[in-house]
Amino acid sequence: MNGEAILSVAGALGFDAPLLARYGPLLLQGLKTTLELVAISVPTGFLLALVLAYARLEGGPAARGPAAAFMGFFRGTPALCQLFLIYYGAGQFHAALQSAGLWWLFRDAFWCAALAFTLNTAAYQAEIIRGAVANLPAGQREAADALGYGTPGAWRRVLLPQALLVALRPLGNELILMIKTSSVASVVTVVDVMGATKRAFSGSLDFEVYLWAALVYLALVEIVRRVWNALERRMTRHLRTA
Amino acid sequence: MTELLAPLAFGPSGWGDELIAGAWLTLRLALATLPIGLAIGLGVALMRHGDSRILRPLGELYGAVFRGLPELLTIFIVYFGAPRLATHLLAFAEAALGLPPSGTQVQIDGFMAGVLALALVLGAFSSEVFLGAIRSVPESQREAADALGMSRAQAFRLVILPQVMRLAFPGLANNWMTLLKDTSLVSVIALPELMRQANLAALATRQPFLFYLAACLLYLAMSVASERLRLRIEPAASPRGAEPAR
Amino acid sequence: MSIANVLARLVFAAAALAALASGAAAKEWKTIRIGSEGAYPPFNLIDSNRQLQGFEIDLAKAICAEEKVSCEFVAQDWEGLIPALLAGKYDAIFASMSITDERRKVIAFTDKYYTSPSLFVTARENASLQPTPEAMSGKTIGAQTGTVSARYLQEVYAPAGAEVKLYVTQDEANLDLASGRLDAILGDKFVMLNWLEKSADGGCCQVVGPDFSDPKYFGDGIGAGLRKGDADLKALLDNGLKAVRASGEYDRINAKYFPFSIY
Repeated sequence: MNGEAILSVAGALGFDAPLLARYGPLLLQGLKTTLELVAISVPTGFLLALVLAYARLEGGPAARGPAAAFMGFFRGTPALCQLFLIYYGAGQFHAALQSAGLWWLFRDAFWCAALAFTLNTAAYQAEIIRGAVANLPAGQREAADALGYGTPGAWRRVLLPQALLVALRPLGNELILMIKTSSVASVVTVVDVMGATKRAFSGSLDFEVYLWAALVYLALVEIVRRVWNALERRMTRHLRTA
Repeated sequence: MTELLAPLAFGPSGWGDELIAGAWLTLRLALATLPIGLAIGLGVALMRHGDSRILRPLGELYGAVFRGLPELLTIFIVYFGAPRLATHLLAFAEAALGLPPSGTQVQIDGFMAGVLALALVLGAFSSEVFLGAIRSVPESQREAADALGMSRAQAFRLVILPQVMRLAFPGLANNWMTLLKDTSLVSVIALPELMRQANLAALATRQPFLFYLAACLLYLAMSVASERLRLRIEPAASPRGAEPAR
Repeated sequence: MSIANVLARLVFAAAALAALASGAAAKEWKTIRIGSEGAYPPFNLIDSNRQLQGFEIDLAKAICAEEKVSCEFVAQDWEGLIPALLAGKYDAIFASMSITDERRKVIAFTDKYYTSPSLFVTARENASLQPTPEAMSGKTIGAQTGTVSARYLQEVYAPAGAEVKLYVTQDEANLDLASGRLDAILGDKFVMLNWLEKSADGGCCQVVGPDFSDPKYFGDGIGAGLRKGDADLKALLDNGLKAVRASGEYDRINAKYFPFSIY
């Protein structure tokens, strides 16, 4: 379908076609940024979450305490607060960060948001994985011990594969929550879907742009939900009785 | 150290009292939202549980929309859209009824808009929890109430609902924790809750790290206190605590 | 699709009805509720007693006194000023809002009550920077969202290769210029000068280049924003403004904030 056809369809549905022609591209650009934010923070957060969950369940006191504190902080405080703390907090220490060679990362609003969301989702994913591993039948670990795997080996070969299957559904929910949470990046100048919408609104002063943003997020969440459900069905088909 | 923390002092020179006032408004927002959101959630769960061809899809749609929208967007839409929509609907209703137009502008202040938006979101998420709980009350309970000669409404109120509340408690406690954190988003509509006050203090004193950290720690304190309270109430409210172990 | 469609149509139809309805009933103005941002010193700011203060707050009070009406002030975030006006949260905006054609499509304005150009501010190390679109290519420039400066940057500097960052408040942009996240800010001349001279971190930075005031982008001065239906309120405020201009009250308020005329 070409652009004009899309616009005429949108016009027929009651949308303001000239407005869509003017701000549609900006909104698409914003969608790309939203997807990038989520695509960076959720997988990176997952890797960090594995480390956190392992430290929480298997680590000595020196590892368990910090892991629990990290998870408690990032799960117990709003993502907006975390983002402000990282973005404007880093700005306050720009001289020190500059001399440490880290300012390139903190200078950019996008990377500050990606960092904040990675730490945030890591804490939630770690709690999901921790719960899934802890709830496995004790026999699984005993069997792994009997095979002489050692703790890391038991996690890799026995515990994690089963726990992650159980965790698929909550991890999918966390992915969807992250898509929604990413909209707070707009408060620190990132032009994601929400940021693009605010720009379109301040340019046009037409409330309709907020309804477009609502449709974009709802469509995005619905697509991810369906894809994830299909994925989950595929990965757990051996567990179902015919 | 004391010099570093001086901006957090109470009184006219420091922002400590403003932060505490903000935290109190945050709590009030969450507490005002809770009953409204739970009422919506229970209502929507009943719509989705029933077999009405109209109510059921409506309930599903409501749940999908308000679970899918970013809370930030819901707050914007409610704050800017709701008064206009209400005003227009009122004018529309007056015209339809043949009344002279009153020109009344429906007013929704920041607190009301915040409560309304958060309650719509809480309603959607808690309807999931309620629905799960309603579905896990065994059918035999209803049949037993029926056998005792109770009406449908009586059976629901006296037999089903108490069990639903117990089953739903852990999920609702999670909803509360999320609600507490979501209140921070209301700062974007200039309501002077904790996040907003931290914002103003950070800009005025040029100490963003200190004030955002202080705000985060206050949220954390509220979360931890809620968790403690939950652990205290839960044994009494949870199904395992209420029924003797078998 | 269909929900937004129905909603949009419903709002539109009802808006037309409501416009008809409100046009019919002319009301007498005894109290005027005025919305302002409170984060734009010296024009509007919130003092330590949480009261709105500043040049245009004083001016609004003088106009209200002249017209023998009472004034109430409401603080509202910049981005929400026009939506809240349209939603009826207050009746007039005194918040250094430029009179532009874009805004005229949605709201009405009083006559202008001051004029102010925009200018570029950079860090002292970048003082040699020439703020032409070509020289600013590849630079990061900040402005407050929804302002004439923001629009100018988006339409002239972004196409030439600059990265434009928009902030909810002017002060957040200033904070990022001071910390080196921004290479430059385009902002209201008097607001930027006020920051450079009077704030703790303003010493980082300085003005570069000329004033910008092309009416195509920067509008026809600063006026108070009103709902389009309130023609009687516009007449009242215009009248009051003329009177305070004639009586010398305007000049007195002007002199309290600026050593030169900003009209």
